[in-house]
Amino acid sequence: MKFEHRTDDVGDGVGRLPPERMQLQLQVNGQPHRLEVDTRTTLLDALRENLCMTGTKKGCDHGQCGACTVLVEGRRINACLTLAVMHEGQSVITIEGMAQGETLHPLQQAFLERDGFQCGYCTPGQICSAAGMLAEAKAGMPSHVTRDLGASVTLTDAEIRERMSGNLCRCSAYPNIVAAIKDVAGAEARP
Amino acid sequence: MKAFTYERAATPQAAASAAARPGARMIAGGTNLLDLMKLQVETPVHLVDINRLGLDAIEPTADGGLRIGAMVRNADLAADPRVRRNYAVLSRALLAGASGQLRNKATTGGNLLQRTRCVYFYDIARPCNKRQPGSGCSALQGYNRMHAVIGASDQCIATHPSDMAVAMRVLDATVETVMPSGAHRVIPIADFHRLPGDTPQLETDLQPGEMITGVTLPPPVPGRQVYRKVRDRASYAFALVSVAAIVDAGGGRIRSARLAFGGLAHKPWRVEAAEARLADTVLDEAAVDAAADGVLAGARGRGHNDFKLPLLRRTLQATIDEAARAA
Repeated sequence: MKFEHRTDDVGDGVGRLPPERMQLQLQVNGQPHRLEVDTRTTLLDALRENLCMTGTKKGCDHGQCGACTVLVEGRRINACLTLAVMHEGQSVITIEGMAQGETLHPLQQAFLERDGFQCGYCTPGQICSAAGMLAEAKAGMPSHVTRDLGASVTLTDAEIRERMSGNLCRCSAYPNIVAAIKDVAGAEARP
Repeated sequence: MKAFTYERAATPQAAASAAARPGARMIAGGTNLLDLMKLQVETPVHLVDINRLGLDAIEPTADGGLRIGAMVRNADLAADPRVRRNYAVLSRALLAGASGQLRNKATTGGNLLQRTRCVYFYDIARPCNKRQPGSGCSALQGYNRMHAVIGASDQCIATHPSDMAVAMRVLDATVETVMPSGAHRVIPIADFHRLPGDTPQLETDLQPGEMITGVTLPPPVPGRQVYRKVRDRASYAFALVSVAAIVDAGGGRIRSARLAFGGLAHKPWRVEAAEARLADTVLDEAAVDAAADGVLAGARGRGHNDFKLPLLRRTLQATIDEAARAA
């Protein structure tokens, strides 16, 4: 079988072409952006390096720490484990898009009030992840610690901890992170 | 990461055709493949993106089962009301795996095709027969705490890391595929994953380019469904051992039990003969221990993972207690 496009193997003998660049459009925090990226560019690197939006952090770069968490089409994902080109035309919300002008997002305000950080490096990912998590809970999505798969979700400390387990904090500010998220979950639950 | 060319497939058959070319790979959620590409464990020359193909519906089948599209995300499958009601073991297994962010991205088809998490497979400076056939197995004499105790070979003692696949094994799911020719195939989950033998680089029954299009669950069977996972952390860690169980019990007796296991082997492990030892028996420790003997027939530790044998035995007791208690 022959891969007909391969005419200029870059030298590793497997028909590899030189790096390919692609045009791409992303809707980031409500603003359309056109960019050109190497196909290898992760969504995380596209945000940080191409669009100079450095609020989203690179921690492990392997999906283990959650520092790069953003919302794509409204759902939280690890921006380090997805390619920018896979998101052509999609909407991305980063930490830079959470506040409304000078008014902080309720999660940002709660992290300040509860002192939900020390060094702050994991915080953008924690906040974006919490925003996605609250939406998942509101939609009734269960978690590993949900006792009854048929019941509606109540965000206890145990539920919050389990649902946020993809976000590590080396400073171990977890108790205050849980408290901050619980404040916002409680405020949302009140009519 | 090595350079690659990229295309978005227009149809499943086109994706299969494109992925059949040497050095080409499909990408769905990408959470495993991109991790491995960054480490140059995987070095595809061409990526075929299948994220825009649809294949993301969960639909009832005529016989009362459920068909799950290959691109249904793990989070959506776990939360589906029909899965939560009739296939709780599948919801539970999915929710026991990975993190919220990863479950939003990872797909049904991709989860079945996860590569092992063996640290020597990940370390390109070390021999690994799965990554580089013929180079040797570093885990045999290495730190093999996470490794297989059943069905392994002297070429490879890696485990399959999926929780979802263990639940699908206990549910007797079938995997549907399309070939580059356009022909379709249905593979029972029992035959989908392979044991390592002398070819640990071959992990499934799929042919070059063959693409998973969906997974079908047969109608639910009687019994309470439980998934119990034992791991090093309370959340976000791979299984040391896990048990997926469907136990039909009452009045201190077991009518029938189906059991599948994760963390033990190169594929989800199931021994129907061991299940038969629990059929129409008094529910007691001796009966479950006899079933565990059947599950562990031929098992052997490799040093650091010796603990998995007694751990599996105790985990099975706890799982069946939990399943029978509520009956």
